Amino acid sequence: MTWKTTEYSGWGSALTATGEVARPERAKALDKLLTETPAPAFGNRRSYGDAPLNDGGRAIDMTRMDKVLAFDAETGVVEAEAGVTLATLMRLFAPRGWIPKVVPGTGFATVGGAIGQDVHGKNHHVEGSFGEHVLSLTLFTNGKRVACSPTRNKALFRATVGGIGQTGVILSAKLQMKRTPGTTMRVTETRLADWDEQIDALSASNATYAVSWIDAQARGSKMGRGTLEESELVADDAPAPAKSKSVPVNMPLFSNGLFARAFNEAYFRRVPASGKTSIKRLEEFFFPLDKIYHMNRLYGKNGFHQFQCVVPMDGVEMLERMMDRIARSGLASPLAVLKRSGPGRAGMMSFPMEGYTLAVDFPNRAKAIKLISALEDMTGEAGGRLYLAKDSLAHGDRIKAMYPEWEAWVTEVAKADPDGAMVTDMVRRLELRS
Amino acid sequence: MQETWIILGATSSMARAFSRALAERGATVYLAGRDMADLKGAAVDLTARGAARAEAVAFDARDPASFQPIIDKVTREEGTINAAVFVGSMPEQSAIDADPSLIDGTVTDSFAGPARFLQMLVPEMEARAGGTIVGVGSVAGDRGRLGNYVYGAAKAGFATYLAGLRNRLTRSGGHVVTVKPGFVDTAMTWGIEGMFLVADPADVATDILKAVEKKRDVIYTPFFWRYIMLIIRSVPERLFKKLSI
Repeated sequence: MTWKTTEYSGWGSALTATGEVARPERAKALDKLLTETPAPAFGNRRSYGDAPLNDGGRAIDMTRMDKVLAFDAETGVVEAEAGVTLATLMRLFAPRGWIPKVVPGTGFATVGGAIGQDVHGKNHHVEGSFGEHVLSLTLFTNGKRVACSPTRNKALFRATVGGIGQTGVILSAKLQMKRTPGTTMRVTETRLADWDEQIDALSASNATYAVSWIDAQARGSKMGRGTLEESELVADDAPAPAKSKSVPVNMPLFSNGLFARAFNEAYFRRVPASGKTSIKRLEEFFFPLDKIYHMNRLYGKNGFHQFQCVVPMDGVEMLERMMDRIARSGLASPLAVLKRSGPGRAGMMSFPMEGYTLAVDFPNRAKAIKLISALEDMTGEAGGRLYLAKDSLAHGDRIKAMYPEWEAWVTEVAKADPDGAMVTDMVRRLELRS
Repeated sequence: MQETWIILGATSSMARAFSRALAERGATVYLAGRDMADLKGAAVDLTARGAARAEAVAFDARDPASFQPIIDKVTREEGTINAAVFVGSMPEQSAIDADPSLIDGTVTDSFAGPARFLQMLVPEMEARAGGTIVGVGSVAGDRGRLGNYVYGAAKAGFATYLAGLRNRLTRSGGHVVTVKPGFVDTAMTWGIEGMFLVADPADVATDILKAVEKKRDVIYTPFFWRYIMLIIRSVPERLFKKLSI
């Protein structure tokens, strides 16, 4: 059958949608759908909130449109259908010397999704966002296939990259990958005793990949403590792959403050005081949590929200106040990350800006929602921005004020999708197209 | 050693996953089916994924004239010749009740067509003293049931054919693996009510490849279908005939 009525959600599983979903496997079937019954597309739904949802409407699951269309081993240019995952690109091409230039924290993200959210990775401060390495893409928009790139149909391209699927359905893209000497990373981890050490270490780091885990439960003199991870691609003997694990049932450990504090203490101490250097397999370095299937069940059946903001360099004091507030709330899960971000962004609605970005998971509870709202205010005050790949709670005015090119984006989207066929729950909630 | 695989019904979800697994270990793959546009795209995909070579070839189970050109092509390859059969068609039983002539097509797609193709290929495999045939049947072939007994009968016929072929090929060092998948998450089963314990095609492909390497005779995938079918087969007929499962 073409359509399956189903309930589905994003990665945070706090928001759900019920509607008809089609999952075409061949170009012919997809073309027919897009021509006769255009609907918004999603990939592996690794966005946390409602970006991939269309409650009461239809949606197209692109995960089976996953052919590699071309690969040039000399130049490292790969062309892939939207449903190919970034982990697949890494697995196929790393042994031949190439990896995607930018990957987010999960390898389940698809090429289409990575473009739609203009995702960033641990190397953003050096190599920019995913969209900056898209050489061109093919979009099904307003009844036809259109090619666009940074030089051709430029405005459409800039509205599509980071454009949460509103300009049409991304069919395929040509990506520039980067050279890798091998299939391993050399990872150096360092303990950081408090917030000041965090900021100093992140701004001083020269590593291509740099990210900090932050203990979002630590208070007082330990506030902001964590571990910095600095890494480079190297050719070395790969250690044996870790076994996949699965969280079989909803097990709300990560929404338990006591558990989170105990976990964080142990996690902090896994790095010796003198630091540690190790060799990791690429996928274990880039996608550490992908080995744990149904990881999101650790938040229980109510799901969770991830708060992620970026603040400009001069907003770092505000960020410290935000961190302090998070720590004092005792609500944060162990998953909390701080990193320096560069100026790289490829679309009108792209998230990054030069400064610092903080991401913290919270269980889906009233207290946490109130805290996140306060954090959003503080982000706005600092001249920062919220990330649409993570957001499930913000209000439209707040988001619009944070994205200076929002109006230009609306104009392009109106041209590309005049009938509003691509509208999703996120767009309705944030009133992004009106 | 160089291996060449012919994939019959290569556009199906399971065939796609299995061909990709073969590509990643460097096989030469012939993708046989009707949707040439999709197969040509799939051939490029397999090459990018590491296949020594991949080529789309036209195959229609209901058109025996399409068989010999494929066999001529693969016999020009060196190394072992192998084949995997994923073809089959399953009209609704109610459609067959309304139009019994649909039985011919179902039996041709799911049994007679691929069997005839294999019968033409086997002498070449015997001459090379090796190679494996993977025949994908179905748990539906294990017992005739109200819901799909024509499709089930065709798959049962195919399973018996494969058993005989295994008996024959073993003598020359070749092998036949009979695969009986349960519910698999494919374009064909998408949105059908009453599906449970649905398997991912990539996991099915992994199971099949493992069975090829270990020279298993008959596998159920996922494995627990062996036990489900053991129970279903052991229900006495005088009781079974009154059930609708």
